[in-house]
Amino acid sequence: MKSNDVILQAVTKIVVFIILTLAVYLFFSGHNNPGGGFIGGLVLAAAVVLLILAFDVNTMQRALPFDFKVVGALGGFIVIATGFGSLLFDVPFLTQTMGEFDVPFFGEMEFSTVTIFEVGVALAVVGVVVTIILSISKDV
Amino acid sequence: MMNNMLVLPMVIPLLTGIFLIFIRRYIKLQKWISLSAMIVNAGISFYILNRIQSEGILRLDFGGWTPPFGILFVADSFSVLLVLTSSIVTILCLLFAFSSIGKAKENMFFYSFVNFLVAGVNGSFLTGDLFNLYVFFEVMLLASYVLVALGGEKRQLRESIKYVAINILSSWIFLVGIAYLYGTVGTLNMAHLSERIAEVGQTPLLTVISVLFMIVFSLKAGLFLYYWLPGSYGAPPPAVAALFGALLTKVGIYAMFRFFTLIFYHEPSITHTIIGILAGLTMIGGSIGAVAYKDIRQVVTYNVVIAVGFIFVGLAVATPAAIEGSIYYLIHDMIVKALLFLLAGTVILLTGTGRMDKMSGLIRNYPSLGWMFFIVMLSLAGVPPLSGFIGKVLVGQGAIESGHYVLLTLAFLSSIFVLYSLLRVFLNCFWGETIISEEDERPLKKGWVIPCVLLVLATIGLGLGAESIAVYVSDAANTLLNPEIYIDAVLND
Amino acid sequence: METLITILSGVLVTVATYLLLSQNMIRIILGSAILSHAANLLLMAMGGFEKGNVPLLGENASGFTDALPQALILTAIVISFGVTAIFLVLAYRTYEENGTDNLEALRGNNDE
Repeated sequence: MKSNDVILQAVTKIVVFIILTLAVYLFFSGHNNPGGGFIGGLVLAAAVVLLILAFDVNTMQRALPFDFKVVGALGGFIVIATGFGSLLFDVPFLTQTMGEFDVPFFGEMEFSTVTIFEVGVALAVVGVVVTIILSISKDV
Repeated sequence: MMNNMLVLPMVIPLLTGIFLIFIRRYIKLQKWISLSAMIVNAGISFYILNRIQSEGILRLDFGGWTPPFGILFVADSFSVLLVLTSSIVTILCLLFAFSSIGKAKENMFFYSFVNFLVAGVNGSFLTGDLFNLYVFFEVMLLASYVLVALGGEKRQLRESIKYVAINILSSWIFLVGIAYLYGTVGTLNMAHLSERIAEVGQTPLLTVISVLFMIVFSLKAGLFLYYWLPGSYGAPPPAVAALFGALLTKVGIYAMFRFFTLIFYHEPSITHTIIGILAGLTMIGGSIGAVAYKDIRQVVTYNVVIAVGFIFVGLAVATPAAIEGSIYYLIHDMIVKALLFLLAGTVILLTGTGRMDKMSGLIRNYPSLGWMFFIVMLSLAGVPPLSGFIGKVLVGQGAIESGHYVLLTLAFLSSIFVLYSLLRVFLNCFWGETIISEEDERPLKKGWVIPCVLLVLATIGLGLGAESIAVYVSDAANTLLNPEIYIDAVLND
Repeated sequence: METLITILSGVLVTVATYLLLSQNMIRIILGSAILSHAANLLLMAMGGFEKGNVPLLGENASGFTDALPQALILTAIVISFGVTAIFLVLAYRTYEENGTDNLEALRGNNDE
């Protein structure tokens, strides 16, 4: 199927970055506000899907040369691994902890192990969504 | 005291399943990793089972949130017995899969999904939270959706659509039930639910909600609402069908037992009577199905249905003997159904057809297969030295004690139908003139026979050594019949 | 508000039932998606709509709302998302393999 989608492609090139920024914003705001890994991951995946729509699967794969199944699995692995982290400290499974650190330039920042968990969730979501989209869209 | 060990039977398979995705190319490594994960799992659950005997019910609060606020895992004898059995059955099904499943499916993450399935099953057995139960049901179902369709044959895909549709519907009812229950009682922790319901009394509204859950679990277990079952269990390859037959319906049965002994036990004249009626109808329907079809797969799946009906007779009767009998029979059924599916699958793999009238005299070509089928048949019918016997006797005893004569008659009539349906398979397939000449004979692979032999040994061992698991079973039945033990362990500890 | 949402959820169930009972596979998938939305709304209504703060803001905020139904719904959405996605893939493969998306034609007979 050959069609003229210059406008879509031009817009996509800009919009993808806006979407990615939004994804990162949503991801980090999830700590104390609505947002979080799942939503951030979904928005990230939306960016990838937009790329697939505007260009095509092969171009997208050249730009982002990951096996998205492995990305999803990596996410799942991180999620469970953070659960196992608590086993090392002899506290119940999935216990999370946080602390405040002084980071040069950024000042006082709060870090918590939940963030690692959320990174896992986001990766899992991106991996699964893109895998599914790819497997449906393979030969259209 | 930390019980982090409780989470392992769920997390080990999950982690293994994810890890296997990374090593997609190394099939051999995948096989050994998943097999050893299951063996470790079995070892851990055996250890937990023994700890329960000395320390009582164990629980693990995720993230340190104490019940009823957090999610938790609760391990009592009943759930851990089932976890142990399902681990053992999975080990043997995996062994069978090694030589029967084929490269194409192995490349499509077959072992990962088996591990996810087991994670969901074990999680459902262990969780102490209603919503968490829903989540684990879904984990298990998602894995099973993929496993049903893996390979992508016409028949598999066709059946998978129906299987997914019916399960989406039942999951929806589950969610609606959870919403209603949360709206009325305001908690989802099972022990807390039980306590709250005991406080306010089981009002008619709550009884209606309990019936809603009954529908959900009936759909999953195949209690009366089993019409989806023969199609979807007949479609996937034998190793998967064996896993399904052994594990999936049992999760529904487990949930039903948990619900109607722990939470909704106040109105047995309504709920348990309905269960009894459904169990009776299930046995009748299953028996008709088992003798009506010529396809081995259908006969075998209808045998699953009959067993489900039989196990629920124990719950409907709800005397100590009957519950104990049901637990024995549940464990026996997991092992024997796996064996039955594997044997039927082997026959189909060897002859290339599932139709009884197209095969004959297999016992001459494959004597070991024939005799194993014979033993399975006896075991399912409940002939004494084998494992089906003790469960049937105890359920029967319970039914007589409480005067449920109709159910008793149906239960034992259904045993005769089981015997007849399998005898028909035996006579048609194994007896008679051989039609496979020596040249055409496909070799019986060692990898097919070994798991079957081990399962045969398990059913004999479970029959002869019933005494050795009696401690665990009676403890399990005791906890089921006295909900306060469970509640105490979860809330007042 | 609760009544309204409950009615809305009922309407969604009606629509979903209609779609589920049709013979077209895509309609069934859409029906199952709508069904899960109805369940989510019902969970929301059962938790009650109280005005209050997000229960994340710390201990001195006044008037928390019950966070549990929202957590449940979030999880339910994730799950129904996964299920719908898998259902779509399966339906597409079935359509490819069997050449039809009509369930009546997918009935199949047992003696093949």
